[in-house]
Amino acid sequence: MFSPRSFASLTALAGALIIGFTSCKKEGGNANADEIVIGEVAAMTGGTATFGTSSHAGTQMAIDEINAAGGLLGKKLKLITEDDQSKQGEAGTVAKKLISREKIVALLGEVASGKSLEMGPIAQKAGVPMISPASTNPKVTEVGDYVFRICFIDPFQGTVMAKFAMSRGWKKVAILTDTKQDYSVGLAQFFKEYFAKNGGTITGEQSYGSGDKDFKAQLTAIKAGAPDAIFASGYYNETGLIAAQARELGITAPLLGGDGWDSPSLVEVAGKAIEGSFFSNHFSNEDKSPKIQDFVKRFQAKHGKTPDAMAALGYDSAMILADAIKRAGTTEGKALRDAIATTKDFDGITGKITLDEKRNANKSAVVLTIKDGKFSFVESLAP
Amino acid sequence: MSQFLQQLLNGLFLGSIYALIALGYTMVYGVLRFINFAHGDVFMLGAFTGLYVNKLLAPVLAALPWPVAILIVLVLSMAICAALGILIEWLAYRPLRDKPRLNVLITAIGVSLLIEYTGQLVFGATQRPFPAIIPKVNVGGLGGLTVTMTQVIVAVTAVALMIGLRFIVMKTKMGMAMRALSLNPTASSLMGVNNSVVISFTFGLGSALAAAGGILYASLYPSIEPFMGILPGLKAFVAAVLGGIGNIPGAALGGLIIGVTETLVAGYSDVLGIPSGYRDGVAFVILILILLFKPSGLLGKVEREKV
Repeated sequence: MFSPRSFASLTALAGALIIGFTSCKKEGGNANADEIVIGEVAAMTGGTATFGTSSHAGTQMAIDEINAAGGLLGKKLKLITEDDQSKQGEAGTVAKKLISREKIVALLGEVASGKSLEMGPIAQKAGVPMISPASTNPKVTEVGDYVFRICFIDPFQGTVMAKFAMSRGWKKVAILTDTKQDYSVGLAQFFKEYFAKNGGTITGEQSYGSGDKDFKAQLTAIKAGAPDAIFASGYYNETGLIAAQARELGITAPLLGGDGWDSPSLVEVAGKAIEGSFFSNHFSNEDKSPKIQDFVKRFQAKHGKTPDAMAALGYDSAMILADAIKRAGTTEGKALRDAIATTKDFDGITGKITLDEKRNANKSAVVLTIKDGKFSFVESLAP
Repeated sequence: MSQFLQQLLNGLFLGSIYALIALGYTMVYGVLRFINFAHGDVFMLGAFTGLYVNKLLAPVLAALPWPVAILIVLVLSMAICAALGILIEWLAYRPLRDKPRLNVLITAIGVSLLIEYTGQLVFGATQRPFPAIIPKVNVGGLGGLTVTMTQVIVAVTAVALMIGLRFIVMKTKMGMAMRALSLNPTASSLMGVNNSVVISFTFGLGSALAAAGGILYASLYPSIEPFMGILPGLKAFVAAVLGGIGNIPGAALGGLIIGVTETLVAGYSDVLGIPSGYRDGVAFVILILILLFKPSGLLGKVEREKV
């Protein structure tokens, strides 16, 4: 049964396996001394794919520019991007994979708060600093001292839109929330708090879940309250359909929303229905400042399209990380974390960024409206 | 009151699409005694076929009046999906016809996943806007109720297709063969019915209805993606079971009931105390209740297991 021949082939097989494994480890690990490996988790496919592809385009552009300028600490940067398919649960899995297999020094991502909340504890436990470009839910950075973000947070965003509604003289607002998204729920909650405290009336609260297509029932109920505006804090996919169905039901009140609307898909799906609605955002590519216009030009040259807020935030997240690596002089987790934490007045594309003691960025928001199928700048609101 | 009527209307339009999909489930079950779980994905393929047919023929269609244009898109997509349905049956289910029914059931789940992920590969994972083939106008004059042209077309098409199906099953030779096969496959083949042809026809017919459902659904909710068939497919399955699986009028009735209940739950969430996000759960609660109290469905006949 156990002939010498089969034993020999077995040993050969085992040997091959061992060699295979070790070479695998070498390839993936940080043993390569002239490279700094940075991980990125983004939704490249699925429901929020335009966020992921945009922020990835920005991040990649920043990495390429740094490398073209000679890299950092005498090494080149290497960005490894994992797709979480816009699926809950997948972001944590790929973050683990990046940390354990690719031995990344820092983690960039995700855009959606729900996914950043999955990745945070993993990065925290592994002692790998994580920077989220655009997750605005407050809980994201409460996970631990290794988790940062470079955008404003929902209380601010919800409050900004409530302030904006007040300034327009809209006293009655209905709320439509995506209960599957921490982001949407957070935004609605802070909108409501500020709005109700300052004399506004909430005429109705309705909810739905991401992936729903039919909102006629909720909208018919909302219509009965005759609101001046509807705060629809979900993401662009559903918002497009909500806008279209609201107009079909004869609701003329404008919709209000947050940065989750920022995608060309919104206009493609909603068409004329979304005209005249408003949302808060991190950045407007219509801003005339030379720094932003220069960024828009470089981005267009590289990717052939105008950058949106996610692209700008993706770019800034990589640049802040690079700045911190430079100041720390090392990529060791603790030192790098401390360097990121002391980021002050970083002159980013999305504004001057200072990270506070809660690891959140303090900066102003812009309000955009949809006009002739394009996002156009309305006003800038400071914290 | 007018709000209630509006909600009822919303529900009926949604339900008529569930009914169309449910017919496909029920027909295949009636003939083959198995649930074709890939049916919801043929629904998705129908929407995408509609998108591409519309894109391909855009110059021709633009010159035609819109009712003719939508008819062309509908008929072409239904034909293409019927062919796909027959192909699926031929490749995946025919080789397993003499095997235990569980094997075919599991295969159906496999086929469903295969279509979804191939769809993601071919069409991309992002949501795509569906062209407005039907003009976006409101049909007014109903005392404060709003009904769009799209909804009217959806309801009319759905009813026309159901009547057409009823005619095929009850009045044609092929329909008689389908009923015979459903009653007793061995006896029907002894009577000279070519069972394979009848089964292929059933799959083709069911897939054509699913394709029509897909295009109508995409016209109502103009954003399509490769996974759009899962939830409507499941709800239509519940509708088929609710009406009595294997029973064609039952499937139509089940679809309307699911559509209306779902809409009313979402619309009166504050009164009922159920957040409107839970509307999808309602369909499945109904399924459980039916399986508990009337397993044969509303219009289904009780079948006794022969020993």
